[in-house]
Amino acid sequence: MSFFATIGQHLYDDFVVEGRYMYILQGLGNTVVITIFALILGLALGVISSIINVFYANGKRGPLMRVLKVIVSIYITVIRGTPTVVQLMIMYFVILTSGSPLVIAILAFGINSGAYVSEVFRSGIQSVDYGQTEAGRSLGLSANQTMFKIVLPQAIKNVTPAIFNEFITLLKETSVSGYVGIQDLTKGGDIIRSITYDAFTPLLLVAGIYLVIVIGLTQIQHVVERRLQKSDRH
Amino acid sequence: MIVIKNLHKTFKTDDGDLEVLKGIDAEIKDGEKVAVIGPSGSGKSTFLRCMNLLETPTSGEVWFNGTQINVPGVNIDEIRAQMGMVFQHFNLFPHLTVKANITLAPVLLKRMTQQQADERAIELLKRVDLVEKADAYPSQLSGGQKQRIAIVRSLAMNPKMMLFDEPTSALDPEMIGEVLEVMKEVADQGMTMAVVTHEMKFARDVADRIFFLDGGHILEEGTPEQIFDAPKNPRLKDFLSKVL
Repeated sequence: MSFFATIGQHLYDDFVVEGRYMYILQGLGNTVVITIFALILGLALGVISSIINVFYANGKRGPLMRVLKVIVSIYITVIRGTPTVVQLMIMYFVILTSGSPLVIAILAFGINSGAYVSEVFRSGIQSVDYGQTEAGRSLGLSANQTMFKIVLPQAIKNVTPAIFNEFITLLKETSVSGYVGIQDLTKGGDIIRSITYDAFTPLLLVAGIYLVIVIGLTQIQHVVERRLQKSDRH
Repeated sequence: MIVIKNLHKTFKTDDGDLEVLKGIDAEIKDGEKVAVIGPSGSGKSTFLRCMNLLETPTSGEVWFNGTQINVPGVNIDEIRAQMGMVFQHFNLFPHLTVKANITLAPVLLKRMTQQQADERAIELLKRVDLVEKADAYPSQLSGGQKQRIAIVRSLAMNPKMMLFDEPTSALDPEMIGEVLEVMKEVADQGMTMAVVTHEMKFARDVADRIFFLDGGHILEEGTPEQIFDAPKNPRLKDFLSKVL
């Protein structure tokens, strides 16, 4: 049998027979859902915890700030210090033993991503000249107004490449969802392999789909960067 | 307008404590223009920055319009909104257009609607001859233009007083004049001003009173004539011989 005929047979067995392409489609759907919601959760956690870190570093050290600072420090240390897949399994088997696996995965990946986003934003915020904060405060703006209207918009521009890096990492990290029985894109391809004993074709397709999504994300990154750079033209 | 009593400021550094202000007493009256001169590292900027609490005094009292402002419970944002500040490095907001730089604070602090603030911005930009730059970004401006915009940004809050922290020190020489001119115009309109400066001619022409700071103390204060024509303190004489 020629190479192309073999490929054709594999494609037929892997994806057409018994509607097996649905493993890929459903998996892709789950991967996208987990990634998007984990992304939103991670951004929220990351921005909040980075602001707590920066305010603390700038000398805001009331009792509440001290408590928040300790929580944030523990959060970042523990999350960055343990493997994502272990965190996912702890979330699934120890902390939330009932509930939708998808929601559990979103929580696990979102909390994980937040720790990295936090450090990215902290560096972004601290890269904005402190004179910007002083200018804002000297006009009578509060610390929060200065942070959200003056410092963060500039920080976001600085961190865009690093944040998209984190998005891309997050998307690919969700491929361990199969460890807790979630049928994501990777698991979908793996199920087909276990049925047809053909590893090459489904894994190649799965890898190709991740690659296409990442290329799409990169394109979005370029558009976002161009829009944020409109104040840089000379 | 501003009364300062026995002001001390110590910075904690890795090499130990650095006492920058060692007991300063000063008063600036309504409508008065005060120039602060002195050698580098004499504490001029720290002194100015203590007036709107960008630096927190280590001890001493800062009073603004009859209220002591360096005590707990004072709404410092409210006070700062009445005290404009112009920085050596302009500190315009690079992500905002010139007009947005000017209107941000008045609108955010609900002093004006966006429309009122826009009108006020255009009016102020006309005064400094930069109305055609309203929609430009700071990166498209020269240093002199940036500083004129920074002054306008402070004026948009209708402050009762303006603090200038070496406003021409970061400028190319040919741009100093245009900024001093705007400052002169602000002075002529009766604004209370405190100006840390190395521009002795400006200090002589515009200031009502001059403080000479050295080593964390006001060593001499007086009218421009007293300071420049009949200096008494030997350190002031030495300083003037170097800068004039």
